[in-house]
Amino acid sequence: MTAPPSPDDGLSPAELAAKYGLSVSGARPGLAEYVRQLWGRRHFILAFSQAKLTAQYSQAKLGQLWQVATPLLNALVYFLIFGLILKADRGMSREVYVPFLVTGVFVFTFTQNSVMAGVRAISGNLGLVRALHFPRASLPVSFSLQQLQQLLFSMVVLFVVAMSCGSYPQLSWLLIVPVLTLQFLFNSGLALVMARLGSRTPDLAQLMPFVMRTWMYASGVMFSIPVMLKDHPGWIADILQWNPAAIYMDLMRFALIDGYGSENLPPHVWAVALGWAVLVAAGGFVYFWKAEERYGRG
Amino acid sequence: MADDKSTGTRVPTVIADEVHIVYRVNGGKTGKGSATAALSRIIRRSESPGVRKVHAVRGVSFTAYRGEAIGLIGSNGSGKSTLLRAIAGLLPPESGKVYTDGQPSLLGVNAALMNDLTGERNVILGGLAMGMSREQIRERYQEIVDFSGINEKGDFITLPMRTYSSGMAARLRFSIAAAKDHDVLMIDEALATGDRKFQKRSEARIRELRKEAGTVFLVSHNNKSIRDTCDRVLWLERGELRMDGPTDEVIKEYEKFTGK
Repeated sequence: MTAPPSPDDGLSPAELAAKYGLSVSGARPGLAEYVRQLWGRRHFILAFSQAKLTAQYSQAKLGQLWQVATPLLNALVYFLIFGLILKADRGMSREVYVPFLVTGVFVFTFTQNSVMAGVRAISGNLGLVRALHFPRASLPVSFSLQQLQQLLFSMVVLFVVAMSCGSYPQLSWLLIVPVLTLQFLFNSGLALVMARLGSRTPDLAQLMPFVMRTWMYASGVMFSIPVMLKDHPGWIADILQWNPAAIYMDLMRFALIDGYGSENLPPHVWAVALGWAVLVAAGGFVYFWKAEERYGRG
Repeated sequence: MADDKSTGTRVPTVIADEVHIVYRVNGGKTGKGSATAALSRIIRRSESPGVRKVHAVRGVSFTAYRGEAIGLIGSNGSGKSTLLRAIAGLLPPESGKVYTDGQPSLLGVNAALMNDLTGERNVILGGLAMGMSREQIRERYQEIVDFSGINEKGDFITLPMRTYSSGMAARLRFSIAAAKDHDVLMIDEALATGDRKFQKRSEARIRELRKEAGTVFLVSHNNKSIRDTCDRVLWLERGELRMDGPTDEVIKEYEKFTGK
Protein backbone atom coordinates (compact mmCIF):
# COMPACT_ATOMS: atom_id res chain seq x y z
CA MET A 1 0.00 0.00 0.00
CA THR A 2 1.34 3.44 -0.86
CA ALA A 3 1.37 4.99 2.58
CA PRO A 4 3.04 8.28 3.42
CA PRO A 5 6.26 7.66 5.33
CA SER A 6 5.52 7.61 9.02
CA PRO A 7 7.69 7.56 12.13
CA ASP A 8 6.46 4.01 12.76
CA ASP A 9 8.19 2.48 9.74
CA GLY A 10 11.22 1.06 11.49
CA LEU A 11 9.30 -0.55 14.34
CA SER A 12 8.81 -4.29 14.73
CA PRO A 13 5.18 -5.46 15.14
CA ALA A 14 5.65 -5.96 18.87
CA GLU A 15 7.11 -2.47 19.31
CA LEU A 16 4.34 -0.95 17.22
CA ALA A 17 1.74 -2.74 19.32
CA ALA A 18 3.35 -1.49 22.51
CA LYS A 19 3.50 2.09 21.17
CA TYR A 20 -0.24 2.25 20.50
CA GLY A 21 -1.26 0.23 23.52
CA LEU A 22 -2.57 -2.81 21.63
CA SER A 23 -2.96 -6.01 23.59
CA VAL A 24 -2.49 -9.61 22.54
CA SER A 25 -5.78 -10.95 21.21
CA GLY A 26 -7.19 -13.88 23.13
CA ALA A 27 -4.68 -13.67 25.99
CA ARG A 28 -5.73 -15.12 29.33
CA PRO A 29 -6.82 -12.46 31.84
CA GLY A 30 -5.58 -12.48 35.43
CA LEU A 31 -7.57 -14.46 37.97
CA ALA A 32 -9.22 -11.43 39.61
CA GLU A 33 -10.08 -9.93 36.21
CA TYR A 34 -11.45 -13.30 35.11
CA VAL A 35 -13.76 -13.48 38.12
CA ARG A 36 -14.93 -9.93 37.33
CA GLN A 37 -15.64 -10.85 33.69
CA LEU A 38 -17.52 -13.96 34.77
CA TRP A 39 -19.63 -11.93 37.19
CA GLY A 40 -20.36 -9.51 34.35
CA ARG A 41 -21.81 -12.42 32.37
CA ARG A 42 -24.11 -13.64 35.16
CA HIS A 43 -27.24 -12.75 33.17
CA PHE A 44 -26.01 -14.77 30.22
CA ILE A 45 -25.15 -17.73 32.46
CA LEU A 46 -28.64 -17.71 33.97
CA ALA A 47 -30.45 -17.16 30.66
CA PHE A 48 -28.42 -19.88 28.94
CA SER A 49 -29.19 -22.43 31.68
CA GLN A 50 -32.90 -21.60 31.60
CA ALA A 51 -32.96 -21.78 27.81
CA LYS A 52 -31.34 -25.22 27.87
CA LEU A 53 -33.82 -26.39 30.49
CA THR A 54 -36.82 -25.18 28.49
CA ALA A 55 -35.50 -26.45 25.16
CA GLN A 56 -35.17 -29.95 26.65
CA TYR A 57 -38.90 -30.74 26.60
CA SER A 58 -40.20 -28.22 24.10
CA GLN A 59 -41.07 -30.85 21.49
CA ALA A 60 -42.97 -33.10 23.92
CA LYS A 61 -46.75 -32.90 24.00
CA LEU A 62 -46.85 -32.66 27.78
CA GLY A 63 -44.17 -29.97 27.59
CA GLN A 64 -42.72 -28.69 30.85
CA LEU A 65 -44.76 -31.25 32.82
CA TRP A 66 -41.86 -33.63 32.13
CA GLN A 67 -39.65 -31.55 34.41
CA VAL A 68 -41.60 -33.15 37.28
CA ALA A 69 -42.72 -36.38 35.63
CA THR A 70 -39.18 -37.55 34.76
CA PRO A 71 -37.85 -37.55 38.35
CA LEU A 72 -41.11 -39.08 39.57
CA LEU A 73 -40.80 -42.01 37.14
CA ASN A 74 -37.13 -42.34 38.06
CA ALA A 75 -37.99 -42.64 41.74
CA LEU A 76 -40.71 -45.20 40.97
CA VAL A 77 -38.30 -47.44 39.04
CA TYR A 78 -35.72 -47.40 41.82
CA PHE A 79 -38.39 -48.10 44.42
CA LEU A 80 -39.70 -51.02 42.39
CA ILE A 81 -36.27 -52.62 42.08
CA PHE A 82 -34.54 -51.79 45.34
CA GLY A 83 -37.53 -51.44 47.65
CA LEU A 84 -39.86 -54.20 46.46
CA ILE A 85 -37.65 -56.73 44.65
CA LEU A 86 -34.21 -56.54 46.27
CA LYS A 87 -35.40 -55.32 49.68
CA ALA A 88 -32.33 -53.15 50.28
CA ASP A 89 -34.18 -51.36 53.10
CA ARG A 90 -32.48 -53.41 55.84
CA GLY A 91 -33.33 -52.11 59.25
CA MET A 92 -35.39 -49.19 57.95
CA SER A 93 -39.14 -48.84 58.07
CA ARG A 94 -40.99 -48.26 54.84
CA GLU A 95 -41.72 -44.67 56.05
CA VAL A 96 -37.99 -43.94 56.20
CA TYR A 97 -36.73 -46.04 53.31
CA VAL A 98 -38.89 -44.59 50.53
CA PRO A 99 -37.87 -40.94 51.09
CA PHE A 100 -34.33 -42.17 51.88
CA LEU A 101 -34.09 -43.80 48.45
CA VAL A 102 -35.76 -40.98 46.54
CA THR A 103 -33.56 -38.33 48.18
CA GLY A 104 -30.47 -40.36 47.35
CA VAL A 105 -31.45 -40.78 43.71
CA PHE A 106 -32.27 -37.08 43.20
CA VAL A 107 -29.26 -35.69 45.03
CA PHE A 108 -26.85 -38.02 43.28
CA THR A 109 -28.44 -37.34 39.89
CA PHE A 110 -27.67 -33.65 40.45
CA THR A 111 -23.94 -34.40 40.78
CA GLN A 112 -23.98 -37.04 38.05
CA ASN A 113 -25.65 -34.80 35.47
CA SER A 114 -23.41 -31.87 36.35
CA VAL A 115 -20.34 -34.01 35.69
CA MET A 116 -21.73 -35.39 32.43
CA ALA A 117 -22.76 -31.93 31.22
CA GLY A 118 -19.37 -30.60 32.32
CA VAL A 119 -17.47 -33.07 30.14
CA ARG A 120 -19.30 -31.80 27.09
CA ALA A 121 -19.51 -28.16 28.17
CA ILE A 122 -16.63 -27.07 25.94
CA SER A 123 -16.25 -29.97 23.49
CA GLY A 124 -19.99 -30.00 22.73
CA ASN A 125 -20.24 -26.23 22.28
CA LEU A 126 -17.22 -25.55 20.09
CA GLY A 127 -19.38 -23.52 17.71
CA LEU A 128 -20.24 -21.11 20.50
CA VAL A 129 -16.67 -21.01 21.81
CA ARG A 130 -15.33 -20.24 18.34
CA ALA A 131 -17.90 -17.57 17.53
CA LEU A 132 -18.24 -15.39 20.61
CA HIS A 133 -16.24 -13.91 23.42
CA PHE A 134 -17.08 -14.68 27.00
CA PRO A 135 -15.22 -16.24 29.92
CA ARG A 136 -15.38 -19.93 29.04
CA ALA A 137 -16.15 -20.85 32.65
CA SER A 138 -19.65 -19.51 31.91
CA LEU A 139 -20.47 -22.76 30.12
CA PRO A 140 -19.74 -25.36 32.82
CA VAL A 141 -21.20 -23.08 35.51
CA SER A 142 -24.29 -22.57 33.39
CA PHE A 143 -24.72 -26.32 32.94
CA SER A 144 -24.47 -26.91 36.71
CA LEU A 145 -27.02 -24.16 37.20
CA GLN A 146 -29.32 -25.91 34.74
CA GLN A 147 -29.00 -29.09 36.80
CA LEU A 148 -29.72 -27.15 39.99
CA GLN A 149 -32.97 -25.85 38.49
CA GLN A 150 -33.78 -29.38 37.37
CA LEU A 151 -33.23 -30.53 40.94
CA LEU A 152 -35.58 -27.84 42.25
CA PHE A 153 -38.33 -29.39 40.12
CA SER A 154 -37.41 -32.79 41.55
CA MET A 155 -37.63 -31.35 45.05
CA VAL A 156 -41.36 -30.83 44.51
CA VAL A 157 -41.70 -34.56 43.91
CA LEU A 158 -39.46 -35.23 46.89
CA PHE A 159 -41.63 -33.09 49.21
CA VAL A 160 -44.72 -34.99 48.13
CA VAL A 161 -42.99 -38.34 48.70
CA ALA A 162 -41.71 -37.26 52.12
CA MET A 163 -45.11 -36.01 53.25
CA SER A 164 -46.89 -39.11 52.01
CA CYS A 165 -44.49 -41.11 54.20
CA GLY A 166 -45.21 -39.10 57.31
CA SER A 167 -42.37 -36.52 57.29
CA TYR A 168 -44.06 -33.12 57.43
CA PRO A 169 -42.47 -29.69 56.88
CA GLN A 170 -40.61 -28.55 59.96
CA LEU A 171 -37.75 -26.24 60.86
CA SER A 172 -35.06 -28.73 59.79
CA TRP A 173 -36.31 -28.46 56.20
CA LEU A 174 -34.63 -25.06 56.10
CA LEU A 175 -31.30 -26.90 56.12
CA ILE A 176 -32.04 -27.84 52.50
CA VAL A 177 -30.88 -24.37 51.43
CA PRO A 178 -27.30 -24.60 52.76
CA VAL A 179 -27.04 -28.22 51.61
CA LEU A 180 -28.04 -27.33 48.06
CA THR A 181 -25.73 -24.31 48.03
CA LEU A 182 -22.75 -26.38 49.10
CA GLN A 183 -23.56 -29.16 46.68
CA PHE A 184 -23.98 -26.66 43.85
CA LEU A 185 -20.53 -25.22 44.61
CA PHE A 186 -19.05 -28.71 44.67
CA ASN A 187 -20.77 -29.69 41.41
CA SER A 188 -19.70 -26.52 39.61
CA GLY A 189 -16.08 -27.13 40.60
CA LEU A 190 -16.31 -30.69 39.38
CA ALA A 191 -17.95 -29.57 36.13
CA LEU A 192 -15.12 -27.05 35.57
CA VAL A 193 -12.50 -29.76 36.03
CA MET A 194 -14.37 -32.14 33.72
CA ALA A 195 -14.85 -29.38 31.13
CA ARG A 196 -11.10 -28.81 30.85
CA LEU A 197 -10.36 -32.54 30.73
CA GLY A 198 -13.18 -33.12 28.24
CA SER A 199 -12.00 -30.34 25.95
CA ARG A 200 -8.67 -32.15 25.52
CA THR A 201 -10.07 -35.68 25.56
CA PRO A 202 -13.66 -35.90 24.33
CA ASP A 203 -13.46 -39.68 24.89
CA LEU A 204 -14.24 -38.99 28.55
CA ALA A 205 -17.90 -38.61 27.57
CA GLN A 206 -17.86 -42.34 26.77
CA LEU A 207 -15.99 -43.31 29.92
CA MET A 208 -17.70 -41.16 32.55
CA PRO A 209 -21.05 -43.01 32.74
CA PHE A 210 -19.21 -46.05 34.11
CA VAL A 211 -17.22 -44.02 36.61
CA MET A 212 -20.37 -42.27 37.76
CA ARG A 213 -22.30 -45.52 38.14
CA THR A 214 -19.52 -46.98 40.26
CA TRP A 215 -19.54 -43.85 42.38
CA MET A 216 -23.30 -44.09 42.76
CA TYR A 217 -23.23 -47.67 44.05
CA ALA A 218 -20.35 -46.84 46.41
CA SER A 219 -22.12 -43.82 47.90
CA GLY A 220 -25.10 -45.59 49.43
CA VAL A 221 -27.81 -44.19 47.20
CA MET A 222 -30.11 -47.12 47.83
CA PHE A 223 -28.75 -48.55 51.08
CA SER A 224 -27.33 -47.33 54.36
CA ILE A 225 -23.52 -47.59 54.25
CA PRO A 226 -22.90 -48.43 57.96
CA VAL A 227 -25.64 -51.08 57.98
CA MET A 228 -24.59 -52.67 54.69
CA LEU A 229 -20.87 -52.83 55.61
CA LYS A 230 -21.13 -53.77 59.27
CA ASP A 231 -19.31 -57.11 58.72
CA HIS A 232 -16.35 -55.35 57.05
CA PRO A 233 -13.49 -53.33 58.59
CA GLY A 234 -14.83 -49.98 59.79
CA TRP A 235 -12.47 -47.83 57.69
CA ILE A 236 -14.14 -48.90 54.46
CA ALA A 237 -17.48 -47.55 55.62
CA ASP A 238 -15.72 -44.42 56.93
CA ILE A 239 -14.16 -43.67 53.56
CA LEU A 240 -17.43 -44.24 51.73
CA GLN A 241 -19.34 -42.05 54.17
CA TRP A 242 -16.87 -39.18 53.88
CA ASN A 243 -17.08 -39.03 50.11
CA PRO A 244 -18.80 -35.83 49.03
CA ALA A 245 -21.74 -37.48 47.26
CA ALA A 246 -22.61 -39.48 50.38
CA ILE A 247 -22.16 -36.42 52.62
CA TYR A 248 -24.62 -34.26 50.66
CA MET A 249 -27.11 -37.10 50.38
CA ASP A 250 -27.01 -37.80 54.11
CA LEU A 251 -27.39 -34.15 55.01
CA MET A 252 -30.41 -33.84 52.75
CA ARG A 253 -31.98 -36.94 54.28
CA PHE A 254 -31.27 -35.64 57.75
CA ALA A 255 -32.98 -32.37 56.87
CA LEU A 256 -36.05 -33.98 55.30
CA ILE A 257 -36.84 -37.29 56.94
CA ASP A 258 -38.32 -37.51 60.41
CA GLY A 259 -36.94 -40.92 61.33
CA TYR A 260 -33.42 -40.23 59.98
CA GLY A 261 -31.61 -38.65 62.93
CA SER A 262 -28.10 -37.33 63.45
CA GLU A 263 -26.91 -40.78 64.59
CA ASN A 264 -26.74 -41.70 60.88
CA LEU A 265 -24.32 -38.87 60.08
CA PRO A 266 -20.53 -39.13 60.30
CA PRO A 267 -18.83 -36.76 62.78
CA HIS A 268 -18.06 -33.14 61.69
CA VAL A 269 -20.39 -33.61 58.76
CA TRP A 270 -21.03 -29.88 58.12
CA ALA A 271 -17.33 -29.06 58.19
CA VAL A 272 -16.64 -31.84 55.70
CA ALA A 273 -19.48 -30.69 53.46
CA LEU A 274 -18.13 -27.13 53.49
CA GLY A 275 -14.56 -28.32 52.99
CA TRP A 276 -15.42 -30.37 49.90
CA ALA A 277 -17.44 -27.51 48.42
CA VAL A 278 -14.77 -24.84 48.89
CA LEU A 279 -11.86 -27.08 47.93
CA VAL A 280 -13.41 -28.42 44.71
CA ALA A 281 -15.04 -25.13 43.65
CA ALA A 282 -11.87 -23.04 44.12
CA GLY A 283 -9.53 -25.71 42.79
CA GLY A 284 -11.74 -26.46 39.81
CA PHE A 285 -12.08 -22.78 38.96
CA VAL A 286 -8.32 -22.14 39.00
CA TYR A 287 -7.66 -25.35 37.08
CA PHE A 288 -10.17 -24.35 34.40
CA TRP A 289 -8.88 -20.76 34.18
CA LYS A 290 -5.30 -21.95 33.61
CA ALA A 291 -6.23 -23.23 30.14
CA GLU A 292 -8.66 -20.40 29.28
CA GLU A 293 -6.86 -19.27 26.12
CA ARG A 294 -6.61 -22.81 24.76
CA TYR A 295 -10.33 -23.71 24.63
CA GLY A 296 -11.60 -23.92 21.09
CA ARG A 297 -8.25 -24.68 19.50
CA GLY A 298 -8.09 -27.24 16.72
CA MET B 1 -6.83 6.52 22.47
CA ALA B 2 -6.74 9.77 20.53
CA ASP B 3 -7.90 9.62 16.96
CA ASP B 4 -5.26 11.62 15.12
CA LYS B 5 -6.49 11.28 11.56
CA SER B 6 -6.06 15.03 11.17
CA THR B 7 -2.29 14.93 11.75
CA GLY B 8 -1.83 12.22 9.12
CA THR B 9 -0.42 9.54 11.41
CA ARG B 10 -2.26 6.30 11.07
CA VAL B 11 -3.29 4.49 14.23
CA PRO B 12 -2.99 0.72 14.01
CA THR B 13 -5.91 -1.27 15.40
CA VAL B 14 -4.94 -4.81 14.46
CA ILE B 15 -1.40 -6.16 14.02
CA ALA B 16 -0.82 -9.73 12.89
CA ASP B 17 2.76 -10.92 13.35
CA GLU B 18 3.73 -14.17 11.56
CA VAL B 19 0.50 -15.94 12.51
CA HIS B 20 0.34 -19.71 12.05
CA ILE B 21 -2.79 -21.67 12.82
CA VAL B 22 -2.99 -25.43 12.99
CA TYR B 23 -6.19 -27.43 13.40
CA ARG B 24 -6.00 -30.84 15.02
CA VAL B 25 -8.61 -33.28 13.81
CA ASN B 26 -9.39 -36.40 15.82
CA GLY B 27 -10.04 -39.56 13.88
CA GLY B 28 -9.22 -37.98 10.56
CA LYS B 29 -6.49 -40.48 9.84
CA THR B 30 -7.29 -43.23 7.41
CA GLY B 31 -5.94 -46.72 7.93
CA LYS B 32 -4.60 -47.91 11.31
CA GLY B 33 -8.00 -47.05 12.69
CA SER B 34 -8.50 -50.30 14.58
CA ALA B 35 -9.10 -50.35 18.31
CA THR B 36 -5.83 -52.14 19.05
CA ALA B 37 -3.85 -49.62 17.03
CA ALA B 38 -5.49 -46.77 18.92
CA LEU B 39 -4.77 -48.49 22.23
CA SER B 40 -1.12 -49.07 21.41
CA ARG B 41 -0.72 -45.45 20.37
CA ILE B 42 -2.17 -44.31 23.70
CA ILE B 43 0.07 -46.69 25.64
CA ARG B 44 3.18 -45.59 23.75
CA ARG B 45 2.09 -41.98 24.33
CA SER B 46 3.10 -41.13 20.82
CA GLU B 47 2.74 -37.50 19.78
CA SER B 48 -0.32 -37.81 17.60
CA PRO B 49 -2.71 -40.60 18.55
CA GLY B 50 -4.94 -40.62 15.50
CA VAL B 51 -4.70 -36.85 15.18
CA ARG B 52 -4.24 -35.20 11.83
CA LYS B 53 -2.91 -31.70 11.60
CA VAL B 54 -4.25 -29.13 9.16
CA HIS B 55 -2.02 -26.11 8.72
CA ALA B 56 -4.72 -23.56 7.84
CA VAL B 57 -2.83 -20.26 8.07
CA ARG B 58 0.90 -20.04 7.35
CA GLY B 59 2.79 -17.00 8.56
CA VAL B 60 0.43 -14.13 7.79
CA SER B 61 1.54 -10.62 8.78
CA PHE B 62 -0.27 -7.33 8.25
CA THR B 63 -1.22 -4.14 10.06
CA ALA B 64 -4.72 -2.72 9.89
CA TYR B 65 -5.41 0.94 10.69
CA ARG B 66 -8.32 2.86 12.12
CA GLY B 67 -10.99 3.73 9.58
CA GLU B 68 -10.03 1.03 7.10
CA ALA B 69 -12.43 -1.46 5.59
CA ILE B 70 -10.49 -4.55 4.61
CA GLY B 71 -11.77 -7.29 2.36
CA LEU B 72 -10.51 -10.86 2.59
CA ILE B 73 -10.61 -12.88 -0.61
CA GLY B 74 -9.36 -16.27 -1.72
CA SER B 75 -10.74 -19.59 -2.90
CA ASN B 76 -12.63 -21.93 -0.58
CA GLY B 77 -10.49 -23.34 2.20
CA SER B 78 -7.79 -20.71 1.86
CA GLY B 79 -7.99 -19.79 5.54
CA LYS B 80 -10.05 -16.60 5.46
CA SER B 81 -12.51 -17.48 8.19
CA THR B 82 -9.79 -19.07 10.27
CA LEU B 83 -7.74 -15.88 10.11
CA LEU B 84 -10.75 -13.84 11.23
CA ARG B 85 -11.23 -16.11 14.21
CA ALA B 86 -7.59 -15.71 15.17
CA ILE B 87 -7.91 -11.91 15.01
CA ALA B 88 -10.98 -12.15 17.21
CA GLY B 89 -8.89 -14.14 19.68
CA LEU B 90 -11.24 -17.12 19.37
CA LEU B 91 -8.71 -19.49 17.83
CA PRO B 92 -5.34 -19.30 19.51
CA PRO B 93 -2.46 -19.15 16.98
CA GLU B 94 0.05 -21.99 16.97
CA SER B 95 2.86 -19.46 16.73
CA GLY B 96 3.04 -15.73 16.11
CA LYS B 97 0.88 -13.09 17.73
CA VAL B 98 -2.17 -10.96 17.03
CA TYR B 99 -2.30 -7.56 18.73
CA THR B 100 -5.59 -5.68 18.82
CA ASP B 101 -7.06 -2.45 20.11
CA GLY B 102 -9.98 -3.41 22.31
CA GLN B 103 -12.00 -6.53 21.65
CA PRO B 104 -12.62 -7.39 18.00
CA SER B 105 -15.91 -9.15 17.46
CA LEU B 106 -17.13 -11.52 14.85
CA LEU B 107 -20.55 -10.74 13.45
CA GLY B 108 -22.41 -13.91 14.25
CA VAL B 109 -24.43 -15.31 17.12
CA ASN B 110 -25.79 -18.38 15.34
CA ALA B 111 -24.16 -20.76 17.77
CA ALA B 112 -25.81 -19.22 20.82
CA LEU B 113 -29.34 -19.45 19.48
CA MET B 114 -31.58 -22.46 20.10
CA ASN B 115 -34.09 -23.68 17.55
CA ASP B 116 -36.48 -24.94 20.21
CA LEU B 117 -36.92 -21.51 21.76
CA THR B 118 -39.16 -18.70 20.56
CA GLY B 119 -37.68 -15.90 18.49
CA GLU B 120 -38.35 -13.58 21.41
CA ARG B 121 -36.20 -15.57 23.83
CA ASN B 122 -33.52 -15.99 21.19
CA VAL B 123 -33.22 -12.23 20.79
CA ILE B 124 -32.57 -11.95 24.52
CA LEU B 125 -30.26 -14.96 24.67
CA GLY B 126 -28.25 -13.83 21.63
CA GLY B 127 -27.91 -10.31 22.99
CA LEU B 128 -26.66 -11.58 26.34
CA ALA B 129 -24.25 -13.95 24.59
CA MET B 130 -22.76 -11.00 22.72
CA GLY B 131 -22.22 -9.25 26.02
CA MET B 132 -25.09 -6.76 25.95
CA SER B 133 -26.80 -5.91 29.22
CA ARG B 134 -30.48 -6.66 29.84
CA GLU B 135 -31.29 -2.93 29.62
CA GLN B 136 -29.53 -2.57 26.26
CA ILE B 137 -31.48 -5.52 24.91
CA ARG B 138 -34.76 -4.12 26.19
CA GLU B 139 -34.03 -0.82 24.46
CA ARG B 140 -33.12 -2.43 21.16
CA TYR B 141 -35.64 -5.27 21.22
CA GLN B 142 -38.29 -3.63 19.06
CA GLU B 143 -35.60 -2.35 16.69
CA ILE B 144 -34.23 -5.87 16.22
CA VAL B 145 -37.66 -7.39 15.57
CA ASP B 146 -38.63 -4.64 13.15
CA PHE B 147 -35.33 -4.87 11.29
CA SER B 148 -35.67 -8.63 10.84
CA GLY B 149 -39.15 -8.17 9.40
CA ILE B 150 -40.19 -11.41 11.12
CA ASN B 151 -43.50 -9.99 12.24
CA GLU B 152 -44.45 -8.64 8.81
CA LYS B 153 -46.42 -11.83 8.06
CA GLY B 154 -48.03 -12.38 11.44
CA ASP B 155 -46.87 -12.85 15.00
CA PHE B 156 -43.92 -15.16 14.32
CA ILE B 157 -41.60 -13.85 17.00
CA THR B 158 -43.50 -15.79 19.70
CA LEU B 159 -43.12 -19.10 17.80
CA PRO B 160 -40.15 -21.45 18.21
CA MET B 161 -37.36 -20.76 15.75
CA ARG B 162 -37.59 -24.27 14.30
CA THR B 163 -40.89 -23.26 12.72
CA TYR B 164 -39.21 -20.46 10.72
CA SER B 165 -38.26 -20.81 7.08
CA SER B 166 -34.50 -20.80 6.53
CA GLY B 167 -34.65 -17.26 5.17
CA MET B 168 -36.59 -15.99 8.18
CA ALA B 169 -34.17 -17.63 10.61
CA ALA B 170 -31.18 -16.14 8.78
CA ARG B 171 -32.76 -12.70 8.89
CA LEU B 172 -33.40 -12.89 12.60
CA ARG B 173 -29.83 -14.09 13.22
CA PHE B 174 -28.37 -11.21 11.25
CA SER B 175 -30.62 -8.70 13.01
CA ILE B 176 -29.53 -9.89 16.43
CA ALA B 177 -25.85 -9.90 15.46
CA ALA B 178 -25.97 -6.45 13.92
CA ALA B 179 -27.66 -4.90 16.97
CA LYS B 180 -24.41 -4.34 18.83
CA ASP B 181 -21.79 -1.66 18.21
CA HIS B 182 -18.21 -2.86 17.78
CA ASP B 183 -14.65 -1.43 17.81
CA VAL B 184 -13.21 -3.87 15.33
CA LEU B 185 -15.90 -5.67 13.40
CA MET B 186 -15.51 -8.82 11.32
CA ILE B 187 -18.18 -9.97 8.91
CA ASP B 188 -18.08 -13.45 7.41
CA GLU B 189 -20.30 -13.78 4.33
CA ALA B 190 -23.20 -12.16 6.13
CA LEU B 191 -24.50 -10.28 3.09
CA ALA B 192 -25.81 -13.36 1.34
CA THR B 193 -28.83 -13.90 3.61
CA GLY B 194 -32.46 -13.17 2.99
CA ASP B 195 -34.35 -11.85 0.01
CA ARG B 196 -33.37 -8.85 -2.14
CA LYS B 197 -35.19 -6.39 0.10
CA PHE B 198 -33.49 -7.68 3.23
CA GLN B 199 -30.08 -7.74 1.52
CA LYS B 200 -30.39 -4.03 0.73
CA ARG B 201 -31.35 -3.32 4.32
CA SER B 202 -28.43 -5.31 5.69
CA GLU B 203 -25.93 -3.64 3.37
CA ALA B 204 -27.11 -0.28 4.69
CA ARG B 205 -26.76 -1.55 8.24
CA ILE B 206 -23.20 -2.73 7.56
CA ARG B 207 -22.26 0.68 6.19
CA GLU B 208 -23.67 2.15 9.40
CA LEU B 209 -21.68 -0.29 11.53
CA ARG B 210 -18.58 0.66 9.56
CA LYS B 211 -19.04 4.27 10.49
CA GLU B 212 -19.26 3.38 14.18
CA ALA B 213 -16.53 0.74 14.17
CA GLY B 214 -12.84 1.54 14.01
CA THR B 215 -11.96 -1.12 11.46
CA VAL B 216 -14.06 -3.53 9.47
CA PHE B 217 -13.02 -6.88 7.99
CA LEU B 218 -15.26 -8.45 5.38
CA VAL B 219 -15.00 -11.97 3.99
CA SER B 220 -16.88 -12.47 0.76
CA HIS B 221 -16.80 -14.36 -2.51
CA ASN B 222 -18.75 -11.58 -4.10
CA ASN B 223 -16.16 -9.29 -5.71
CA LYS B 224 -18.79 -6.63 -6.23
CA SER B 225 -19.68 -6.32 -2.57
CA ILE B 226 -15.94 -6.18 -1.73
CA ARG B 227 -15.48 -3.38 -4.29
CA ASP B 228 -18.47 -1.52 -2.88
CA THR B 229 -17.43 -1.64 0.75
CA CYS B 230 -13.65 -2.09 1.04
CA ASP B 231 -10.67 0.13 0.30
CA ARG B 232 -8.00 -2.48 0.99
CA VAL B 233 -7.92 -6.19 0.22
CA LEU B 234 -5.93 -9.13 1.60
CA TRP B 235 -5.74 -12.11 -0.74
CA LEU B 236 -5.17 -15.44 0.96
CA GLU B 237 -4.29 -18.59 -0.93
CA ARG B 238 -3.46 -21.91 0.77
CA GLY B 239 -3.09 -20.10 4.06
CA GLU B 240 -0.49 -17.68 2.75
CA LEU B 241 -0.90 -13.98 2.20
CA ARG B 242 -0.53 -13.70 -1.56
CA MET B 243 -1.28 -10.03 -1.99
CA ASP B 244 -2.10 -7.01 0.18
CA GLY B 245 -3.04 -3.71 -1.39
CA PRO B 246 -5.72 -1.36 -2.72
CA THR B 247 -8.95 -3.07 -3.72
CA ASP B 248 -8.75 -2.54 -7.49
CA GLU B 249 -5.20 -3.87 -7.92
CA VAL B 250 -5.74 -6.99 -5.82
CA ILE B 251 -9.13 -7.86 -7.30
CA LYS B 252 -7.71 -7.48 -10.82
CA GLU B 253 -4.92 -9.94 -10.03
CA TYR B 254 -7.36 -12.27 -8.26
CA GLU B 255 -9.71 -12.30 -11.25
CA LYS B 256 -6.77 -13.07 -13.53
CA PHE B 257 -5.79 -15.93 -11.20
CA THR B 258 -9.28 -17.43 -11.05
CA GLY B 259 -9.55 -17.10 -14.82
CA LYS B 260 -12.45 -14.72 -15.11
